Amino acid sequence: MTEMTVAPLADVTMPSPRASARGRMQDLLPKIVLAPSFVAILVFVYGFIAWTFYLSFTNSKAFSNLNLVGLINYKRLWTWTFETDPPSNWYTAIVNMGIFGGLYVFFCLVLGLTLAILLDQKIRGEGFLRPIYLYPLALSFIVTGTAWKLFLDPGIGLEKAVHDLGWTSFKFDWVVNPRMMIYCVAIAGIWASSGFVMALFLAGLRGVDGEILKAAQIDGASTFAIYRRIVIPIMRPVFLSALIILTHLAIKSYDLVLAVTGKNPGGAAELPSTFMYTYTFSRNQMAVGSASAVIMLMAIAAIMVPYLYSELRDKGQ
Amino acid sequence: MSVDALAASTARPEPTRSPRTARVVIYGMLGFFAIIYILPLLVMVMTSLKPLDEVTGGNMFALPKHATFGPWAKAWGTTCVGLTCEGIKGYFWNSIKMVVPAVLISTLLGALNGYVLTKWRFPGHKLVFGLMLFSCFIPFQSVLIPMAVILGKLGELGDFFEDAIGVSLGFGNSTENLIIVHTVYGLGFTTLFFRNFYEAFPTELVKSAMIDGAGFFQIFWRILLPNSAPIFIVTVIYQFTNIWNDFLFGATFAAGDQSPMTVALNNVVNTSTGVVEYNVNMAAAIIAAAPTLFVYVVAGRYFVRGLMAGAVKG
Repeated sequence: MTEMTVAPLADVTMPSPRASARGRMQDLLPKIVLAPSFVAILVFVYGFIAWTFYLSFTNSKAFSNLNLVGLINYKRLWTWTFETDPPSNWYTAIVNMGIFGGLYVFFCLVLGLTLAILLDQKIRGEGFLRPIYLYPLALSFIVTGTAWKLFLDPGIGLEKAVHDLGWTSFKFDWVVNPRMMIYCVAIAGIWASSGFVMALFLAGLRGVDGEILKAAQIDGASTFAIYRRIVIPIMRPVFLSALIILTHLAIKSYDLVLAVTGKNPGGAAELPSTFMYTYTFSRNQMAVGSASAVIMLMAIAAIMVPYLYSELRDKGQ
Repeated sequence: MSVDALAASTARPEPTRSPRTARVVIYGMLGFFAIIYILPLLVMVMTSLKPLDEVTGGNMFALPKHATFGPWAKAWGTTCVGLTCEGIKGYFWNSIKMVVPAVLISTLLGALNGYVLTKWRFPGHKLVFGLMLFSCFIPFQSVLIPMAVILGKLGELGDFFEDAIGVSLGFGNSTENLIIVHTVYGLGFTTLFFRNFYEAFPTELVKSAMIDGAGFFQIFWRILLPNSAPIFIVTVIYQFTNIWNDFLFGATFAAGDQSPMTVALNNVVNTSTGVVEYNVNMAAAIIAAAPTLFVYVVAGRYFVRGLMAGAVKG
């Protein structure tokens, strides 16, 4: 009864005319509150992106200038590459990006899903195990990289430990071998991020309707078949989220490379992110650095914009 | 499918229990992975407690024979970062001075933005939110050069004030630069968190307060804030972890002894001079990781919630 009387009353009073100055102030207030943040983001994010974009068409070296020279920086980036011997840094960066990104995304997904499925088997001590898989996420990549650099060091780390066990011909010097360093970066990255993927999948698994599983079980489906045919297909959206987040993290990785390799000696473990940094701030090729930053941004926009768009639209109000 | 089988399967409380051997395999794999995840941290801690000759001459998995806190004391107080040998303590405080204001400002602004974007909607609110959201994911390399130019100009302004009136008014100070940078580039995430949280907050409460004549800030203060504790914790933890762990901005925009902890750690570990003191390096790394690890141990649930909220949007 009370609801009946309140509801129409609310409808009548809601659009009450606010002609007074105070009322107009009240209407503007939300926008005034939001404005500083929005303007900051327009300037510091989109304005700066436009600025970087512009710089990539100039001949800026150590200092920025506004002399447009066309597409030459992009041409340099892509033509320098294949012709030189040894291949130039951008070529190395792209190849390394493929190796690192591929391994990182693939193994994070596999490990994350495996751990989530294992943990979902009504495990005793789950509350003890889960934090162990997740704690690397709390560490900075510099700390993670420092730890793995020591762990994989042939002189005092894993190789030495295996030698001490008696297997003296064992050799594992990737972390100091320029050709193999990027694989060590991938190992450290997988260690750092797979727990996150596990958490995503675990939340997805916990959201699967128990009734469906029970029905399948009654029909005599094996656990394996249930996962393959029912659970994993249901989790396709989680899979997509994880894939996109991991890919964008891979493109953005920067500090992990420096820490694992010890400041990336000779550019052996070059990635687009480190390329941009050295060309801009150490080699005084600001325009080339800008061009590489634009390419990074485009790669990320290509995967993030459709994703965010669909995520926002799905929740459509 | 007989009635008996149906009854049997519904009668069992946990029908997914697999046979014994499968359980052994599952626990074995979980244990194996747990060991792999914990080993690097364990090796770090043990290495940091060993004298240097035990590190270089011994096995990294061996327990310290002569455990010592010497490396910790050296890392904190006397190890060389760049050219000065006063340990990492100063950099630790640099990080704290940077992280506290940056977290507070970005979180508070995020709360207000989330409130406006859900309860005081205006035409185009989705576009505004979309633009703020995408800013979370940009590679920061694409804003690094302009930011460096602008902060350089602010530094000149600071020098100008320094000459003119004796104080720089804070312009050009590395810590303040980093506070600005982290606040701006953290706004996307904090707004996202609060927006999604307030989205689920009953609008009826807000509307009835409006009818009662409550204003914009009154409603925020009296109705939303008292119910926002969980999302505040999640956001503060997320921002704290991200800003404390940042390296790229710290390395680009902070100068020398004003650098944050991560930059100093990288300098300690990757110096090219003298003997590599692995034990001191590891002690420094643990000190650098301690604040975020502490938060993780104390508030792990909120930490994970933040991670998830930062990944799956909407």
